[in-house]
Amino acid sequence: MTSTRLLHDLLAQAAAQTPSATAVVEPGVGALNWQQLDALSDRVQDRLYAMGVRTGDRVGLYLPKTIDGIATVYGILKAGAAYVPVDPDAPPARCALIFSDCDVRVIVTEERLTDRLKTELTALNAAPAFIRLPKAGGGLGLTAALNAADAERQAERAASARPAPEGLAYILYTSGSTGRPKGVMLSHRAAMSYVEWCTEVFAPNENDRFSSHAPLHFDLSILDLYASAAHGAAVVLLGEELGKDPLRLAEVIATERITIWYSTPSILTLLTQYGKLERHDHSALRFVLFAGEVFPVPRLREVVTRWPVPRYFNLYGPTETNVCTYYEVHTPVPDDRAEPYPIGRTCENLRSRVVNLDGTDVGDGEEGELVINGDNVMDGYWNLPERNAIAFLVDRNGDRWYRTGDLVVREPNGDHVFHGRRDRMVKRRGYRIELGEIEAGLATHPSVREVAVVADQAVGADVRITAVLSITGDKQLSTIELKQFCMERLPKYMVPDRFTFVAVMPRTSTDKIDYQSLIRPPAAPVTA
Amino acid sequence: MTETMQTVKDFILKTFLPGEDPSALTETTPLITSGILDSLATLDLVAFLEKQYGLEFSANEVDVSRLGTLTDIARIVETKRAASGKGA
Repeated sequence: MTSTRLLHDLLAQAAAQTPSATAVVEPGVGALNWQQLDALSDRVQDRLYAMGVRTGDRVGLYLPKTIDGIATVYGILKAGAAYVPVDPDAPPARCALIFSDCDVRVIVTEERLTDRLKTELTALNAAPAFIRLPKAGGGLGLTAALNAADAERQAERAASARPAPEGLAYILYTSGSTGRPKGVMLSHRAAMSYVEWCTEVFAPNENDRFSSHAPLHFDLSILDLYASAAHGAAVVLLGEELGKDPLRLAEVIATERITIWYSTPSILTLLTQYGKLERHDHSALRFVLFAGEVFPVPRLREVVTRWPVPRYFNLYGPTETNVCTYYEVHTPVPDDRAEPYPIGRTCENLRSRVVNLDGTDVGDGEEGELVINGDNVMDGYWNLPERNAIAFLVDRNGDRWYRTGDLVVREPNGDHVFHGRRDRMVKRRGYRIELGEIEAGLATHPSVREVAVVADQAVGADVRITAVLSITGDKQLSTIELKQFCMERLPKYMVPDRFTFVAVMPRTSTDKIDYQSLIRPPAAPVTA
Repeated sequence: MTETMQTVKDFILKTFLPGEDPSALTETTPLITSGILDSLATLDLVAFLEKQYGLEFSANEVDVSRLGTLTDIARIVETKRAASGKGA
């Protein structure tokens, strides 16, 4: 059934029903209950309203994952606007490009991040207003910024906006093959449809404690934030630093009594390999959900061996559809299983087809592209009409099916098995990377004549990204210098692992770069 | 360059900078902020140090201030070895 509820209705409901229950926790820093979160986000809404934000606007979020960030998200939604979260560790130039692309009216950020971002925005002729936090953490920085603004001129209390369910709730930017990130537009209806599906499948309750490992610009965060709020359950924020520190994560899962864990397989692998899990009591865990990339079975087996009790689900779906298929992994993982688990059956709130390039259906057991129709699906990419024209398959009833670009085989029992990509997108630690975006970044280096970026993956190992360069002059560039150059232009997870040099780029008979000849066979896997 | 520093330098060159000119990696080259070591590579480095020197790192010891350069790494390794009675 199509939902008419809005994402911020979930907060209002929890605040009315269980005002003093814990809503959001920042481990070691602080926590807010539902009433406090509601009140703080009201103040954000009022300030945004006073700054001229209205229904249908966009507001940028350039903050570490903190209570301040979550209250800001809800404040933006209450103001009727869509939030546009960016990676707080990404280069300011890329963030400015995103904010100017979708024309945000206000950016909420920290003092320390403001100057460089402003410089980059000015270069793009963008001049949004700012709410600047002295430092985000525990909601204190946000409160201080709002107090300071109120001291100058008190923001008046405004009623929460009621945008239509099809109004935009957030825009998540993903890697774009031409070097420009693409903004995936999701409505309240799309998000609520997904949240309601989560309710059906996982049946969370008010005693659950959700992990929030994924950053806010990553769509895994939608489940963490809103599937918890829908049940008045607490969400435990695992910030950028904590999130990649397996020893501390293992500690926090125990002390915070996390019951529902959701992350990429990479993070679960990190936890089992480096987290010294045997030192902790993780018996509160009920569900372990993973998404974003293929989970190598030996690594999954290690997790299940360490945590035998919870139920395990493989969730699949690009940002454009949120989760669209799912598969419950029954434990233990058999000793003789080697092939990855299926991505599973289509979520009950969606429809799927497996099609040929010309859009005709292929039979069970045959490989084709997975296409998805239903309420979860995005409206389109922000301001990219030519991309939108090819992103969807439109059937004779006028229904739009999002082309995932993922090649799958549907088995007779309805499960789908992932076979690979139709294009040059790769996944690394769950992040989507268009190799073309890395090429576009490196092409701006003054000594680079031509660049081709390729990825390979040994069995059970991480994806390895290699940039092949032909350069002007005869002095070879230093790998260190090139890595640094990439760090200033690309998100960290896009920085190539290796750089190799060729005198002349190999070409196909049609004069295109011959990527096939650049991809060397991956090295033999290291036996465990 | 101390022996510890040289050992760590060789490991980083071999593991994370294949093909790099060894002279480009100095005692003060930033390792983390420059993108040479990402979060996973940092953990691999820590695992190497723990194995190589029989040490154990705690969670709050794995950060830029302690592992930011070859100098920083050599310092924390020497400090921990001295503390655990395994000093050179």
